[in-house]
Amino acid sequence: MKSELIAGAKANLPVAASAMAYGSVLGVLAAQKDLSWLDMVYMNSAVFAGAAQFVMVDMWTEQLPVIEIALAVLVINLRYLLIGASLDQLFVGRSLLHKMYMMHLVADENWAVTINEQRKRKVSSWFLLGGGIFLYLSWSSGTLIGLLGGGFITRPEDYALDFAFTAVFTALAVGLWQGKKDILPWIVAGGLALLAHQYLPGKWYIVIGGLGGAITAMLGPVETPDTRENDHVSSH
Amino acid sequence: MFPAIENQVILAVGLAAIATYSLRLGGLLLATRFPRAGRFRKGMDALPGALLFSLVIPAIVTEGLWGVLATVLTAVVVLRSRNTLAAMLVGMLVIYFARQFEL
Repeated sequence: MKSELIAGAKANLPVAASAMAYGSVLGVLAAQKDLSWLDMVYMNSAVFAGAAQFVMVDMWTEQLPVIEIALAVLVINLRYLLIGASLDQLFVGRSLLHKMYMMHLVADENWAVTINEQRKRKVSSWFLLGGGIFLYLSWSSGTLIGLLGGGFITRPEDYALDFAFTAVFTALAVGLWQGKKDILPWIVAGGLALLAHQYLPGKWYIVIGGLGGAITAMLGPVETPDTRENDHVSSH
Repeated sequence: MFPAIENQVILAVGLAAIATYSLRLGGLLLATRFPRAGRFRKGMDALPGALLFSLVIPAIVTEGLWGVLATVLTAVVVLRSRNTLAAMLVGMLVIYFARQFEL
């Protein structure tokens, strides 16, 4: 357990560095909206989701639109339904309580790192949590540096800090590439994501692209069922 | 000094947190009811990659040709070295230069 926690933290070093970079961008924006450090810490700890927090800070006003904020976060974070579902095999045989403890600190970053690692070896849920804790600390320090540093970087985009997110997730996506059978699903995913990004508000494009790719793979040709699949069926 | 936290902040962030956590745990609990073989499994196997690709593709296209170059170099570095951090920095470097020199 302990070694898996540490291994998870170590494996998340690159994504944590990138989370810290765009966390500082969020902190600068939050300072412009007069959030206190306590507001920031509370949001980091309770929500712990990068994209959603950017939108929350963007919607921040003197009189908070409470329901609108909650609904916007719900829509942006719909992908977590898919992310949670894809972690199913990591939690086989675990109790409900264990799942409840573990799932709060699941973000895009440590999820992607864990799925990557899972393609190479058998991973435990502690690996996911180790990454989550490390990511939480990095993300929080990034936001607070940005918030309290008083806009030390006024134009973060000049330093391509906004591209850190894209670059690190591109690297992680490459690690998830399953070979030829992914060609069509990824083309469909990318096409749908671009269309949705162009024509729909918010972050719908992530869910639409991801689901479109998964459905494409589902509709693809089925190889001859191997015995492993039969084992899975009989054990349930 | 310890800042006060407003009630409306407690409420707004609290609701956002409940929504987010419900999705995280809900997806996991829902998945235990999914079939573990056949077509459905294939879809679930393809899901993480498709999701990540969808996440990054608009930002890449927005950067134009430089975005494509940054992506290709990022992919090459991660495939050659398995070093995600180095791959990220290479991608950022391309965009940094493109923007500095307004290419």
